[in-house]
Amino acid sequence: MRKARYPRRKFIRDVAAVAGGLSVLPACNKSRGRWRFFTEEEANTVYAICEQIIPTDQDPGAAYAGVPNFIDKQLVGPYKRFQQAYRKGLAGVQETSLAQFGARFESLKWDQQTEVLKILEAGKARGRTWETGSPKVFFELIRDHTMQGFYGSPRHGGNWDYVSYRMLGLDYPQVIGQNRYKKA
Amino acid sequence: MPERKVNAVVVGAGAGGGVVAKELSAAGLTVVLLERGGWPHFSDLYHDELTSQVYGTLRQALGPDDERNRRVVPEGDGVWRTVVPTEGAYGNIAACVGSGTAAYGAIAWRFMPQDFRLKSTYGPLEGSTLEDWPISYDDLEPCYEKAEWEIGVAGDHTESPFFPPRRKPYPMPPHPYNKPAIFLEPAARKLGYHPVHIPMLRNSVRYGGRPACIHCRACTGFICEVNAKNGTHNTVIPAAIATGNCEVRIHSMAADVIIDDRGRAQAVRYFDADGRERVQPADIIVVSCSATESARLLLNSRSRLFPQGAGNRHDLVGRNFQDHAYAGATGMFSEDIYDDAGPGATIAVIDFNHGMPGIRGGGALTNQFITLPYGFTKKRPPGEPSWGSSHKEFQRRNFRRLLGIHGPVQEMPVAGARVDVDPTVKDYWGLPVIRVSGTRHPYDLEVARQIASKAEAWLKEAGATRTWTSIPGMGRGLSSHQAGTCRMGNDPATSVTNRYGQVHDIDNLFVADGSLHVTNGGFNPALTVMALGYWVSNYIKKEWRGTSFRS
Ligand SMILES: Cc1cc2nc3c(=O)[nH]c(=O)nc-3n(C[C@H](O)[C@H](O)[C@H](O)COP(=O)(O)OP(=O)(O)OC[C@H]3O[C@@H](n4cnc5c(N)ncnc54)[C@H](O)[C@@H]3O)c2cc1C
Repeated sequence: MRKARYPRRKFIRDVAAVAGGLSVLPACNKSRGRWRFFTEEEANTVYAICEQIIPTDQDPGAAYAGVPNFIDKQLVGPYKRFQQAYRKGLAGVQETSLAQFGARFESLKWDQQTEVLKILEAGKARGRTWETGSPKVFFELIRDHTMQGFYGSPRHGGNWDYVSYRMLGLDYPQVIGQNRYKKA
Repeated sequence: MPERKVNAVVVGAGAGGGVVAKELSAAGLTVVLLERGGWPHFSDLYHDELTSQVYGTLRQALGPDDERNRRVVPEGDGVWRTVVPTEGAYGNIAACVGSGTAAYGAIAWRFMPQDFRLKSTYGPLEGSTLEDWPISYDDLEPCYEKAEWEIGVAGDHTESPFFPPRRKPYPMPPHPYNKPAIFLEPAARKLGYHPVHIPMLRNSVRYGGRPACIHCRACTGFICEVNAKNGTHNTVIPAAIATGNCEVRIHSMAADVIIDDRGRAQAVRYFDADGRERVQPADIIVVSCSATESARLLLNSRSRLFPQGAGNRHDLVGRNFQDHAYAGATGMFSEDIYDDAGPGATIAVIDFNHGMPGIRGGGALTNQFITLPYGFTKKRPPGEPSWGSSHKEFQRRNFRRLLGIHGPVQEMPVAGARVDVDPTVKDYWGLPVIRVSGTRHPYDLEVARQIASKAEAWLKEAGATRTWTSIPGMGRGLSSHQAGTCRMGNDPATSVTNRYGQVHDIDNLFVADGSLHVTNGGFNPALTVMALGYWVSNYIKKEWRGTSFRS
């Protein structure tokens, strides 16, 4: 069998074309850590926000469920359109934290973090970032995404170990085929 | 190069189009059924709430996709916003063979006789384009029967004195009540209501060669994993293919209907799976794309004779857009009432469809389908926190203790509530997309409040310790019960088609889907859409003379 000649350069070009112009070869990729979209700093903020939204109590919270991973994964997939909202929103959260309590969000006390999020939720946050984007809209976005990551199917990188299904007492996979209630 | 001419092209393989394709091909006509989506499979989404047709925020697994599709929806006064299918405001049904009938909850009501003559029953209403249908319940009754038997409905028509008259019972016995109904049934009787098992397009016993429902929790918004839910994709469309006369062409996006200079529909121009433009000529063209998309297709079909779009001589295509003013109540119980037996909705009362003195219309009340965990995060009494430890506690305590009852309140049609095509926003294929505008008639809210208070009373009687109601706002949003945009009628100046769904002015162009509804009943609409499919087909079969219509 003759070996087909397929120049490596051309291959790289083709793969790049298939990937929609994004290079997918590791050699061309600067090491970006374990996140797909977030910087390490942003990820820390996201962890803290998600944990505020669904805290750990007798059941695991958003961090254990892998919610930041879920959001990160969606932001380079179906939620690409929210990339800017996150980049800006997370910067805004820091601005508000600094203005309110003089420190970054992750390093605030639990109640202070809650306070910052309540300010965002009420749409009352001040700061340069929020002059061109609503804090309320960003808060609701990350709140909904956190809920999706925690309560949605584990297929998407959240709800690790079926934590929310366990918490709600839902069998997964569902035991089906039972009609336990007779026609009245 | 145009394709070989066929007798009929049906555009859209949903509730209406699936029925028409089967009826015409069984009558010996050659049919091409064009569908923009593909065949639906359980493995497209499994039980995954985030890709379902209800809370599919990541993807609507049964289509259409976010990459190529857009709609423009109102966001306050004169401001519009472009949305994608995974956003609730898009008002998605589906884009696949079967469409809504593959995804739906399968509630299978017939409309009542009064629903076809609302105007003569109640008199005109200021600010509303209220009209009677040009056909009566009796006209449509045999078609309802055919839909119930050919597609398959489980129910018991003897349970309520308010069920409309019929010749034949349902082909399957009703589905058993679930746990909420054990509470709701005696409560309804105590209040003097007449509870019924909800008729469902879903097998309660083996039917049509497919098994009975296994009562899983992922039903509405999902593809049935055992194929017990009956839609056009697993009944009439396979039957159409089996005739040898029908070709289903999937991933085929219709762009417009080509109308010639003599005012006849010539062909449908569409884009195939590879994005190539194709032209399919036919003697007869039937548009069944759903109330929003059919209006769009007709409006995008501009020709010399009809520069404002096919059937749009009087600026009526897309107007009188209706849906349902969903209203109801939620109750909190002090014990578990959730039994994880899907799909959840089992019990209804239809006493308030035309049964409230001094109130026009009304709506059926049913207990709700199971709300899956993410959807449940949106369910809470007004004022309760939407996040934080108390929200988590709310979820944990109440996932098994909330019960919702709601109903599709019949809306009063308004000319200003409309879909048209956006002047600038286009989809992937370069076609102008749907734009929505207008507000609802304020009367809808009056009825919605009444219906919500009935639901609340029912929940209280059933033992709810806390209740709260929900009614819609004035905004004219889109949702899956969309209807009315190409209303039928006898007068070409006030309707888009005649009583057979035949477009006034273009006698080989038909509409057969929810667009035809003059009013949308106080009931979920799918069975009526299917019945209209049979109705329109009956006319075509009877009157088509091989080259033209008998006149
Ligand atoms: C989650 C969900 C639950 C529901 N539950 C119920 C219920 O319990 N009971 C009930 O009565 N109703 C229910 N409905 C509503 C019901 O599905 C619709 O009323 C019904 O499907 C409308 O029928 P139609 O023929 O008008 O449109 P569809 O059934 O939507 O059919 C239109 C078809 O046309 C195709 N199409 C559109 N444009 C084009 C184009 N340009 N080219 C090619 N093809 C095109 C679409 O892809 C689609 O397949 C539900 C809907 C949803 C989404």
